Amino acid sequence: MPQNKQCSATKPDTLSSVAIRFAGDSGDGMQLTGTRFTEETARLGNDLATKPDFPAEIRAPAGTIGGVSAFQIHFGDQEIFTAGDEVDVLVAMNPAALKANLHDLKPNGMLICNRDAFHEKNLSKVQLSENPLESEELKTRYRLVDADISTQTHRALEEIQLPNSAKEKCKNFFALGIVCHVFTRKVEDTLSWIEQKFKGKAELIAANKEALFAGMAYAEASEILTTQFEIQSAPQKAGTYRNLTGNQGIALGLIAAAEKSQLPLFYGSYPITPASDILHELSKYKEYDVRTFQAEDEIAACCSAIGASYGGSLGVTGSSGPGIALKQEAIGLAVSTELPLVVVDVQRAGPSTGLPTKTEQADLLQVLYGRNGESPVAVLAISQPDDAFETTLEACRIAIEHMTPVFLLSDGHIGTGSQPWSVPEVTSLPTIRPPFPQGSDTTEFLPYARDEKLVRPWALPGTAGLEHRIGGLEKQDKTGNISYEPENHELMVRLRAEKVQRIADSLPPTRVFGDEEGELLIVGWGSTRGAIEGAVTELRSEGRRIGHVHLRYLNPLPNDLPEIFKRYQRVLVPELNSGQLRSVLRSKYLLDIEGYSKIQGQPFKIREVHDYANNLMREVV
Amino acid sequence: MSQENLVTLTKKDFESDQEVRWCAGCGDYAILSAVQKALASTGLPRENHVFVSGIGCSSRFPYYMNTYGFHTIHGRAPAIATGLKISRPELTVWLVTGDGDALSIGGNHFIHLLRRNVNVNILLFNNRIYGLTKGQYSPTSDRGTVTKSTPMGSLDEPLDPISLALAAKASFVARTSAVDVKHLTSMLLEAVEHRGASVIEILQNCPVFNDGVFDDFTGRKTKATHQLELKPNEPLIFGENGGKGIGLSGLSPQILEQEMDGMLENVAIHDPKSRVMAHILSQLDYPRFPVPMGIFFQETREVYEDALHAQIDAAKIKKGASSDLRKLLHGSDSWKLS
Repeated sequence: MPQNKQCSATKPDTLSSVAIRFAGDSGDGMQLTGTRFTEETARLGNDLATKPDFPAEIRAPAGTIGGVSAFQIHFGDQEIFTAGDEVDVLVAMNPAALKANLHDLKPNGMLICNRDAFHEKNLSKVQLSENPLESEELKTRYRLVDADISTQTHRALEEIQLPNSAKEKCKNFFALGIVCHVFTRKVEDTLSWIEQKFKGKAELIAANKEALFAGMAYAEASEILTTQFEIQSAPQKAGTYRNLTGNQGIALGLIAAAEKSQLPLFYGSYPITPASDILHELSKYKEYDVRTFQAEDEIAACCSAIGASYGGSLGVTGSSGPGIALKQEAIGLAVSTELPLVVVDVQRAGPSTGLPTKTEQADLLQVLYGRNGESPVAVLAISQPDDAFETTLEACRIAIEHMTPVFLLSDGHIGTGSQPWSVPEVTSLPTIRPPFPQGSDTTEFLPYARDEKLVRPWALPGTAGLEHRIGGLEKQDKTGNISYEPENHELMVRLRAEKVQRIADSLPPTRVFGDEEGELLIVGWGSTRGAIEGAVTELRSEGRRIGHVHLRYLNPLPNDLPEIFKRYQRVLVPELNSGQLRSVLRSKYLLDIEGYSKIQGQPFKIREVHDYANNLMREVV
Repeated sequence: MSQENLVTLTKKDFESDQEVRWCAGCGDYAILSAVQKALASTGLPRENHVFVSGIGCSSRFPYYMNTYGFHTIHGRAPAIATGLKISRPELTVWLVTGDGDALSIGGNHFIHLLRRNVNVNILLFNNRIYGLTKGQYSPTSDRGTVTKSTPMGSLDEPLDPISLALAAKASFVARTSAVDVKHLTSMLLEAVEHRGASVIEILQNCPVFNDGVFDDFTGRKTKATHQLELKPNEPLIFGENGGKGIGLSGLSPQILEQEMDGMLENVAIHDPKSRVMAHILSQLDYPRFPVPMGIFFQETREVYEDALHAQIDAAKIKKGASSDLRKLLHGSDSWKLS
């Protein structure tokens, strides 16, 4: 290693934003590397968005394209909309990672490769006859940092008593060290994380710390990495922040809702990607009286939540598309018995098993219509990780106060991606009021009598004098007894629908991002928000008059939507499906709403939405 | 439940105002009446009882009980009851199900409730037929049963609910019959007393689609010779005047007759604490052996919802009082911007 440290004294260059992708084998620890870099970046006050992208297989054959796991972070000194269309820096820990990700690296971007992994065996696994690190193309198109990361890691750990296989595993911290140095990240939080993670294993603590320091020293001494960069903190509002994934946000939102409704939280779930982390997260918080239940299957997970809800808990179940399909009959029971139930759907690409770790928004029609009979439910969608907490709280409020099942839609991109979240004051959170029967009325108890919102009372077993029977058979209005009367059935179908529709009366006005009227309104839902906001911001700066509505409430739809639609010449709905929301809006409002679909298991890029919308507006002219 | 909470109630207090709609002569009437009487005798208040059921003739049961009741969906009552018990461990939860509901469409939930030992009382009405869908063979129908869906006879080997319950680690397993109200009532009261998942298989005649399927051994005349009444710590004897017994030759059960030398010394003693013995008894195949009735097995073991709440209590003690939502939201990794 040459010891010319000429660069260390120079002042770092300032950048506005940077996108970095860490890519390697599934076993290389790239998700961890990315997460650690994210935590350090969040602490420096940058705004950020992340996108983990990993295979469904835990350890696909080493060195293959199928086994590549990547983590992307985009951070900056201003609002960050997405994890980035392209990246400024690519860390490729092996030839497969390089091959699978190079196309997203900007020209003249920084390319950090672990040269030690570019041996013949790994090259042949990805059908490369020559080592790309030797090619002129890489060196001329990119700023190539051709680093012997494995060798350097082993050298740094020479003094530590650990088997070579364990030392090899520390190479991700070496890579992290390089990137942290280049982008002037602190590493204090990572050091204490290492101490916690490997508590009681002194050698592993020392080895991982040494690898991190060695990576930083390597970068400092490198002839290629002559410049350091700093990114000023973003203008965020004063307050307390925390970096949170969407799944974590949902878990916290559920606990908060339980507290604000004074109900115990019950979460019944069956392991499924990418929703399992909600179960894992909630299992940690037993001291908050959280009852988690890993059921024998998806159906039991949903039914147990209904049973808990019947007993007076906030009953919640969570899954992804295939599991939701299995729960649907039970959700119909909750519709018929008019019990509160929250169903979290962290969507993934389908149909069937589909692409378990890839994202898609293709369950909207399933949750709206995928049950037998007419069985209306409320549907809410989370738009990004920092929105998960609030939308979850709102889903629980609606479920409890309106005695109805509520679908809470998230997706793999939101669930595993993270963002700085502004921690709210507990006192600012709304109180949720369960409709328990009031007073000591001595007349006959009517379990299906309704209030002005058409909500029935939630009478709990164990309450003397309110004994009653409920079930999935059609019920007589008011008494809840079994009824086969034709007119009664029609009345009950209409009452259940109207009850859900009246939720719209309590919704806040719809917020428009961008122009309040103009050439084009883009309507989105779910995880496309960042890409759409980014595109709208760019298009407006280019002189276009364009607005954006991002729907949290998908059923019932907000009452003010038709009025908003009227203010624009055209309406476009970009979706990660074949046009599901578009179809719902067209049938409801009889408007010629246009759609833009992407169905690749990947989120929209800002550029894609920008170009599509731009072309559409040109057609008008 | 402590003594001071007990109330004086009669069978009538447990009758709902709904018209009972089972077929004339259905065995379910006798079970309903026995349950209403048994509940009155326990002294537990009405509002503490919840009847949860699935789908099928038996599953209409909750509508006829003046208690809390939840008529759920096909096969899923065990999962709903589990959520209810976790939510409200103090309630007495009854699960009313049938051979199709519990063993076919709901087989998965049935075995998992049992292995978890959720404290519910399962009344499994077994009539070996699908009644509500008008007469298809069920998972307990004998091979060769001719029904609308099996005109040339059913092909599947029947499931034995007792063997299945034992294999699934149920902590209380019993069999009784709807025609023997006294025995049925005693089993109901034993199940109420038992803390843990109790299964009572109730042999119940369907007069419309499977009439007389149990007559061979439940009839007044055949009972003594074709049933083996299981009494804790008593010898396994049956027949007129107790003239026959069950002994073990190695692990194989055999019928001993009074005329045989040393019959009494060789008759096995019923030990409901022995899971192995219970398995052997559950395998006595009729008609070679009599049909055992009574408690096959009973053990005291940790109840699922108790253990779940014990973990919550332990976490509260270890991590401090709950309800500090602020602490939770801030976590250990937040930072301040001013």
